[in-house]
Amino acid sequence: MKFSSWILIFLVCNLTVSTISAFRLSRSQPTERISGSAGDVLEDDPVGRLKVFVYELPSKYNKKILQKDPRCLTHMFAAEIYMQRFLLSSPVRTLNPEEADWFYVPVYTTCDLTPNGLPLPFKSPRMMRSAIQLIASNWPYWNRTEGADHFFVVPHDFGACFHYQEEKAIGRGILPLLQRATLVQTFGQRNHVCLKEGSITVPPYAPPQKMQSHLIPEKTPRSIFVYFRGLFYDVGNDPEGGYYARGARAAVWENFKDNPLFDISTEHPTTYYEDMQRAIFCLCPLGWAPWSPRLVEAVIFGCIPVIIADDIVLPFADAIPWEDIGVFVDEKDVPYLDTILTSIPPEVILRKQRLLANPSMKQAMLFPQPAQPGDAFHQVLNGLARKLPHERNVYLRPGEKLLNWTAGPVADLKPW
Amino acid sequence: MKLSVFRLSYWNRRGISFRSSIASLDPSFDGGFSGKSSIFWLVIHALCCLISLILGFRFSHLVLFFLFSTSVTNLYTTPFLSPGSGGVSQLLRLKPLETTSSTVKSSRVVVGRHGIRIRPWPHPNPIEVMRAHQLLVRVQKEQKSLYGVRSPKTVIAVTPTYVRTFQALHLTGVMHSLMLVPYDLVWIVVEAGGTTDETASFIAKSGLKTIHIGFDQKMPNTWEDRHKLESQMRLHALSRRVRDDKLDGIVMFADDSNMHSMELFDEIQTVKWFGALSVGILAHSGHAEELSSLLMNQVKSKGKPSMPIQGPSCDSSQKLVGWHVLNTLPYAKKTAAFTNDKATLMPSKMEWSGLVLNSRLLWKEPVVDKPTWVKDLNLLDDSEEMDSPLSLLKDPSMVEPLGSCGRHVLLWWLRVEARADSKFPPGWIINSPLEITVPSKRTPWPDSSSDLTVAIKEAKSGQSATERRSGKPRGSKSKSSKTKQEPKSF
Repeated sequence: MKFSSWILIFLVCNLTVSTISAFRLSRSQPTERISGSAGDVLEDDPVGRLKVFVYELPSKYNKKILQKDPRCLTHMFAAEIYMQRFLLSSPVRTLNPEEADWFYVPVYTTCDLTPNGLPLPFKSPRMMRSAIQLIASNWPYWNRTEGADHFFVVPHDFGACFHYQEEKAIGRGILPLLQRATLVQTFGQRNHVCLKEGSITVPPYAPPQKMQSHLIPEKTPRSIFVYFRGLFYDVGNDPEGGYYARGARAAVWENFKDNPLFDISTEHPTTYYEDMQRAIFCLCPLGWAPWSPRLVEAVIFGCIPVIIADDIVLPFADAIPWEDIGVFVDEKDVPYLDTILTSIPPEVILRKQRLLANPSMKQAMLFPQPAQPGDAFHQVLNGLARKLPHERNVYLRPGEKLLNWTAGPVADLKPW
Repeated sequence: MKLSVFRLSYWNRRGISFRSSIASLDPSFDGGFSGKSSIFWLVIHALCCLISLILGFRFSHLVLFFLFSTSVTNLYTTPFLSPGSGGVSQLLRLKPLETTSSTVKSSRVVVGRHGIRIRPWPHPNPIEVMRAHQLLVRVQKEQKSLYGVRSPKTVIAVTPTYVRTFQALHLTGVMHSLMLVPYDLVWIVVEAGGTTDETASFIAKSGLKTIHIGFDQKMPNTWEDRHKLESQMRLHALSRRVRDDKLDGIVMFADDSNMHSMELFDEIQTVKWFGALSVGILAHSGHAEELSSLLMNQVKSKGKPSMPIQGPSCDSSQKLVGWHVLNTLPYAKKTAAFTNDKATLMPSKMEWSGLVLNSRLLWKEPVVDKPTWVKDLNLLDDSEEMDSPLSLLKDPSMVEPLGSCGRHVLLWWLRVEARADSKFPPGWIINSPLEITVPSKRTPWPDSSSDLTVAIKEAKSGQSATERRSGKPRGSKSKSSKTKQEPKSF
């Protein structure tokens, strides 16, 4: 008798839980919630789950560099600057380093810009090394763990390899001093030297206000099938073709330049954002590096991203189910892109559009000022919180040394 | 020095510059180079450039790779070109680099030069294009259902018409506009002078649900009387059909001489009871100079010619405060009085077509939520004058302004009519041969008449013959087209 009453109570509880979830589903009618653990993770609140201590570095590492070149605030590597600003005023910040779970080192390594606006990474290893030496000598927390509970934001092309050219970046490898730290970077490619185990991939910075100001009414019918604007051949650096984008962009051009379904060209139209909102698919091929702000723009404007980059690791891959949202095409399948895209069933396309319309998805891709719940800053903190509690091997035994302070090219060892 | 050279080249192009990779290496190789070694490097560089020019591929990169392979712990591959290979569609052979220890798992993605893959027939496949268009249609349908009108109501269009020369012109325009409306539609056509087969066959071509009603008076000749009769015809349609048959939907007045935009039909779906639109008035005059002089006067007085618009006007809080009505003073004494008049034809003060109403306002039976500021249509009988549907309302301020408060002009009024005594072929079919036939002088088909052969001989005889006939323009033409086709001259 008692057993059957327990069964009854259990069934009643089950029913109530399922009705609650059904209610949540029906509430968001035009958008679709990603059911399961992945979707709910996007809306986690990191406040209360971790504490971050922000080192007070001399301003030559951050503020002075920014003053020298304010263009750093608007280019696609601006995440490092906004991350520091967010953390300084966030509730997860603690002023007591003894209770901190994570330590943040605010050093702007991607702010040395050419007149064209492109960052030069040649001084970055020295700058990073100098910052680490500073914190190692002034605070005991670096030596305690050799940096395993510190995190850095390195949004450059190939992350902490600090070079824009892939062969040289692979040759350098990740900076030896950062071997144990957590890296927050935009670059992500599986089995690549410059992606460390445990790194957090973030989207590149895209200006939220600019994108918001170019929104068009949602009932504008989507009449472009595939949309892309950008280079196919980088004639300055790779005139023969074949190096840039591993030949993928050139293949797209050669195969589909006369295809009426593909609206692709190298122009820079002023209606770029509006056109993306009128397209069903937006191509996001790799360039010199596999990541690009096109992914962010596609997600914000509801255009299904077609990702052409082998083995790429997309931002927040553990929180966002990119397989359900975007279309992945191998680089070797690029000549058959039209067959692939036209053979997708319409229900699948509609479902992807519904998932993209989810506002939490769009919010997770942005770095708004001031920070809003669910945005990319919070996703980074969520990622850091998921790595807690630290493992036993994070804390070193006294006298144990794992990092080699003299490793790396000779020029990197010079003071900055 | 070396670094600055490198930076210079970097400034010209984004980042990676292979050509200068020899001349200026990484900062890791910096420092300690004397002037002699720089000259040495320059000489090597020039030599490699020359060899590359001859061989056709980048020799220098190969040399550099073999001399300075710096990778230690990673496994990465660099492909080299087979000499003399051209063409982008060839894939390259890859040669892996041997290493002693590899601490990183090998990536299947290799760095370096790849071939550009092009499929054998890089052109669109029509079946796939069709499929893509079907996908587009499906996506747009979904968009419409999500962001468009939630529950679309039937559109009831009321058109007064009568048989005349320009009827085909006007009715075709209205018919095509109504055929494009994506909602359910009922088209009520009221014809003056009774129903005729001509009109009936015309509207049957539309494929829409039509109701053809006859009205027993003929269209008079003066414009004022015509406006009155048209109002009566519309009222007749409203009372007989909409009220008696209890049609449910939104009533709009599609005069056959108006031009409607498609956004109009989307906008009127938002009407709750009674709505007003902006109508652009394109006043047209038989005397072109007269109208332009009027416009010039307008420009002088106000500084900017404005197109007159009839419609609602609102204050800043989007509430209706009044009406824009056409200023007829500049046109006073010059308006057309009857159909043959060439002067400017003016619309009435408040056009019927600028107003839409919910058909439930007209029903006899009491309707839920029927507003009290509407007069009952039963109480008005057919003989009463109603120059605009606003007189149906007790309180004209309850009208809903449409089209973002009248700022969007959704339809245009332009009344063009032929003379009252003009004739046109019935049904626009020419059955009998026309009264006067003039033989064509320049048809391309040769005729085997003796006249022609004589003419051809004449044309072939010499240039002097054509010059003698230079007065007739066809002479030179026949000469030039001689080679192409046989000329037909008279």
